[in-house]
Amino acid sequence: MTYDPGAAMRNIVLRNLFRGPYTEPSPPVADEALKQLAASVNQAAMRRLGRSLSIREVDAGSCNGCELEIHALNNAIYDLERFGLRFVASPRHADVLLVTGPVTKNMREALERTYRATPDPKWVVAVGDCAISGGLFSGSYAVEGGIKGIIPVDLNIPGCPPTPEQLLRGLLALLS
Amino acid sequence: MSDAILHELMGAGRVVAAHRPWPRVEVDRAVWQLAAAHLKDGKLTCFGLWAESQEPPHVHLALLAETTHQVVVLTLACPDGRFPSIGAVHPPALRLERAIQDLHGLTAEGLPDSRPWLDHGRWTVRHPMKPTASAAQPLLPYAFLPATGDGLHQIPVGPVHAGIIEPGHFRFTANGETVVRLEPRLGYVHRGLESLMQGAEVGHGAKLAGRASGDSTVAYAIAFCKAAEAAAGIVVPPRALWLRALAAEIERIANHCGDIGAICNDASFTLLFMEFGVVRERVLRAARACFGHRLMMDFVVPGGVAADPSADSLIDLRSLRAYVAKQLKNLTQIYDTTASLQDRTVGTGIVSTELVHQYGAGGVVGRASGRTFDARRLPLQAPYDHLQFAVPVLKAGDVNARVWVRIQEVEQSLNLLDQLLGDLPDGPVCADANFSGMSGQGIGVVEGFRGDVLAWLRLDHGRIARCHLRDPSWFQWPLLEAAIEGNIVADFPLCNKSFNCSYAGHDL
Ligand code: SF4
Repeated sequence: MTYDPGAAMRNIVLRNLFRGPYTEPSPPVADEALKQLAASVNQAAMRRLGRSLSIREVDAGSCNGCELEIHALNNAIYDLERFGLRFVASPRHADVLLVTGPVTKNMREALERTYRATPDPKWVVAVGDCAISGGLFSGSYAVEGGIKGIIPVDLNIPGCPPTPEQLLRGLLALLS
Repeated sequence: MSDAILHELMGAGRVVAAHRPWPRVEVDRAVWQLAAAHLKDGKLTCFGLWAESQEPPHVHLALLAETTHQVVVLTLACPDGRFPSIGAVHPPALRLERAIQDLHGLTAEGLPDSRPWLDHGRWTVRHPMKPTASAAQPLLPYAFLPATGDGLHQIPVGPVHAGIIEPGHFRFTANGETVVRLEPRLGYVHRGLESLMQGAEVGHGAKLAGRASGDSTVAYAIAFCKAAEAAAGIVVPPRALWLRALAAEIERIANHCGDIGAICNDASFTLLFMEFGVVRERVLRAARACFGHRLMMDFVVPGGVAADPSADSLIDLRSLRAYVAKQLKNLTQIYDTTASLQDRTVGTGIVSTELVHQYGAGGVVGRASGRTFDARRLPLQAPYDHLQFAVPVLKAGDVNARVWVRIQEVEQSLNLLDQLLGDLPDGPVCADANFSGMSGQGIGVVEGFRGDVLAWLRLDHGRIARCHLRDPSWFQWPLLEAAIEGNIVADFPLCNKSFNCSYAGHDL
């Protein structure tokens, strides 16, 4: 048999063509998230929701567990982009800030500046117990104890860390 | 030879009885400085350096004799709040001492770089680990190290990055495309974890340790629990040891698969990123079925593990094992035969063997540059003493070598899964871990996916009096600076990903 360096890659492409994508059906939108959004977002901003949205992720002192699961949203199984939600590299391109971590004192200014750099209208999603309330780190001299009070929060997605499915169900509320 | 040196150091001090499993020795300044000289000469490896703020304050220096795998902790009392700097003669200790100065207010005499490290001047207190912490004071702006010459320019990056990564600041000095100096500034993720440990119950301490660095939650929880169990003399039942190792190997497989894919992604080869992402996802789902949580947080508890996995989920692990093995083989073949990918990884970001030995760099970073150390090979690391596995070591020290060490480590971990599942002992999964009233000191070391995690703990009447966690990244971050030198700026993400140091584990 002759050596064929492209064989393995070709096999993958063919397999994916014939078997279809890895992507799983979308989970239902989280009711709780819908309620929260209805309460926090005004009508003008609401009209902009439901379309394609750009997300900027900000780690404000996370243990990196939340980041791992946010990363997973980009894998072929959850494939966040099919919903018109995509991660962007700059807050200046973002509609949504997805913030993790208890907001360390050392990150507070960076978070505030990122918020200011994001054009209006914008939405803030607190991801994980740390971002919502400080989680296990509340009470430390080095953290603010969550995002609330630093920048306005529109939606909380609890969990330590929230699973990709929980993240997806929460984020889909921004689109419905 | 290094063994003889450790014995000599031990003989020159007073051995502390209540410290397990490795000895701790109280020494004087002369012996402390002798140890520093041995570190400088490369006869011993710095395994950790931390302080305790009780009266009088102490500094502890963990030493490793590489060839014989002996570990000893030296302790120096600092009644006047000062100790001779190790970093003055042995640079790997520099940042650890800067952190000690920030947290405890002790002075490392002769420390050549005494800029604050974790303290950015934003905490509510100064020297937060001191019993009488003082009010915070504004700090001078951080002075980055200079680089001068014609045509040099600086590129500041972070702490908020373009990708979904942890916060840290990188200051590049470049000449055109070529990096002449990289200086990272860390500490943005400092959450005060060690101060939250103080006075906490052991069970709560394990949860905190499991959130030092989320990607290594199993490794940290095991290291912490080993230290606590050693301090209290609690014996963990065999089934729990096996299940812990199972979780640790699954953590290694999941992270390595994610990293290999992410490195390929930073070389713009998305196909492998996507394929490895699916492998990682399937591993995490199996972890959830077995251990109740995708990242396996809070599965490891003092005395053992939180729950016995169902028989079905353990059977499913075997098919997962076969699936990962098959995918790894196919995907590795693609990595190996794609010239455009190899073009980016081969010869990029080289770290020398001398440097990994000097810094005692563990994990993939060390083993891709010829350092054979793997904490699973240390004594008292059950169940690994019952298992067969190789420690893959390469010499090239480039991004490609770090990819290959990961690939080979996944293969080894898959073999370990087989062995662990094959002779999983019967019996309880948790000892009666009653810490109330217990006092003692313990040390635990675990080989996480990133390298050796060290936990040290002083238990005082059932409560944590002091717990120190040392991430492998402390001895890897400085080498990233060496790896990038002379490379182009655009290759930094690739080099950085191939290291994948922890920010959270380092900053705590
Ligand atoms: S919520 Fe949990 S996983 Fe997320 S950053 Fe906090 S401790 Fe880590």
